[in-house]
Amino acid sequence: MEETTLNNTIHVKLTEKFGEKVTAVSEPYGLLTFVTYKDVIVNVLSHLKEELKFNFLTDITAVHYPGKEHGIAVVYHLHNMVEKVRIRIKVFISEQNPTIPTATVVWKGANWMERETYDLFGVKFEGHPDLRRILNMDDLGVHPMLKQYPLEDPNRVDKKDEFFGR
Amino acid sequence: MLLILQRDEHFLFINMSEINIVDAPPGTEGPGYFATSLDKVIGLARSNSLWPLPFATSCCGIEFMATMGSHYDLGRFGAERLSFSPRQADVLMVMGTIAKKMAPVLKQVYIQMAEPRWVMAVGACASSGGIFDTYSVLQGIDEVIPVDVYVPGCPPRPEAILDGFQRIQDLVKNESGRRRNSDYYRDLLGQYGIK
Ligand code: SF4
Repeated sequence: MEETTLNNTIHVKLTEKFGEKVTAVSEPYGLLTFVTYKDVIVNVLSHLKEELKFNFLTDITAVHYPGKEHGIAVVYHLHNMVEKVRIRIKVFISEQNPTIPTATVVWKGANWMERETYDLFGVKFEGHPDLRRILNMDDLGVHPMLKQYPLEDPNRVDKKDEFFGR
Repeated sequence: MLLILQRDEHFLFINMSEINIVDAPPGTEGPGYFATSLDKVIGLARSNSLWPLPFATSCCGIEFMATMGSHYDLGRFGAERLSFSPRQADVLMVMGTIAKKMAPVLKQVYIQMAEPRWVMAVGACASSGGIFDTYSVLQGIDEVIPVDVYVPGCPPRPEAILDGFQRIQDLVKNESGRRRNSDYYRDLLGQYGIK
C-alpha cells in the first residue's frame, strides 16, 4: 500500500511540472510507468534526478512494435536508492526517423547504454559523444533487434528439414 | 616418516615399470638394423608431442580444463605442454561459442600458427553454432578456418575430447610429409583466403 502512495506522490509532482506531457500512467507490478515525449525527455530525466532523487540510471533500452505509427519505444529505468523506489519512462519515436536527445548530459553512465540501444535498435541519440556499435561487429550492417530481421543466421545448414525427414 | 617415504618410492618404482612406450612404425627389421620411411618416423614423433593451443571461449573450455587436469590428463598423449603462443603450437583446439566479432581474431591466430597445423572444433558451438542459431554467432568455425576433427557434444565429455585428440594424432601419424605443399592443400586454404 505504501508503495502505491509513494507512486501517487511522484505522479502528482510530475504532473505539476510537466502537465499533459506525462501520459499513459500505469502501475504494472507496482512499478510506476509513464509515457512522455522526446522534446521534454531530458528535462523529465534531469527533474527526476535532481528534484525527485532518482539518482541511479538502471537501464536504457528499446522495444520495436512493427506496424505502429511510432514503432520504437525507448525505455528508461530509474532507481531512487534512498526511498527504494523505481520508475519506468517510455518515449515512442518513429521508425523512419528514430532520433531522441541523449541522456549522457544527465548521467555519464548513459553512454554505453545508448550505444547498445543504437547497436541493436538503430536509435540515434542526438548529442551522444561517441555513438558507435558496442556489441556487434562493425560491419554487421543491420540493427538486429528490429523485427524485420530474422533472428536465425541464414548460413545455418544443419537445421534444414531434409536432415530430419520433414 | 622415513618409512612412508620408502614405501612411496617403492610405489613409484612399480609405476615406472608400467610406462607405455609407443610402438615402432611398420618397417623392415633385421639383425642390427631397422628401416622405415622418414614420413612415418616424423609422424610418430609429431603425433606424440603435439602442442595444443587452447582457444577456450565458453562452457566447452571448462570441459577442456577437466581434460587437462590430473583425472583425464591430456598429458598422457604427449600434449602436456600447452602453447599459448600460436607460433609454437601444432593443434588449435577451439572450444566454445565463437561470436562473429571474434571470427577475425580466430582466423588471425590460425594464420599465426606455423605449418604443419591442425584444428579441432570441440563442441556443438565450434562445429556448427550449436544452440546459438542467431545473428551474432558464427555458425561453425569452418566458415573461417579449415577444421580437421569435429568433436560432438554440448559440451563433449573429457573422454570425447581425448578421443578427438587421438583422431588428430591419427591424422598426424599418417600424413605424408609433402601434403602441406600439395595443390589440394593450397586450394583449401585459398578457399578461406589464407595464403
Ligand atoms: S557446445 Fe554447448 S557446452 Fe560447448 S560452448 Fe556451446 S553451449 Fe557451451
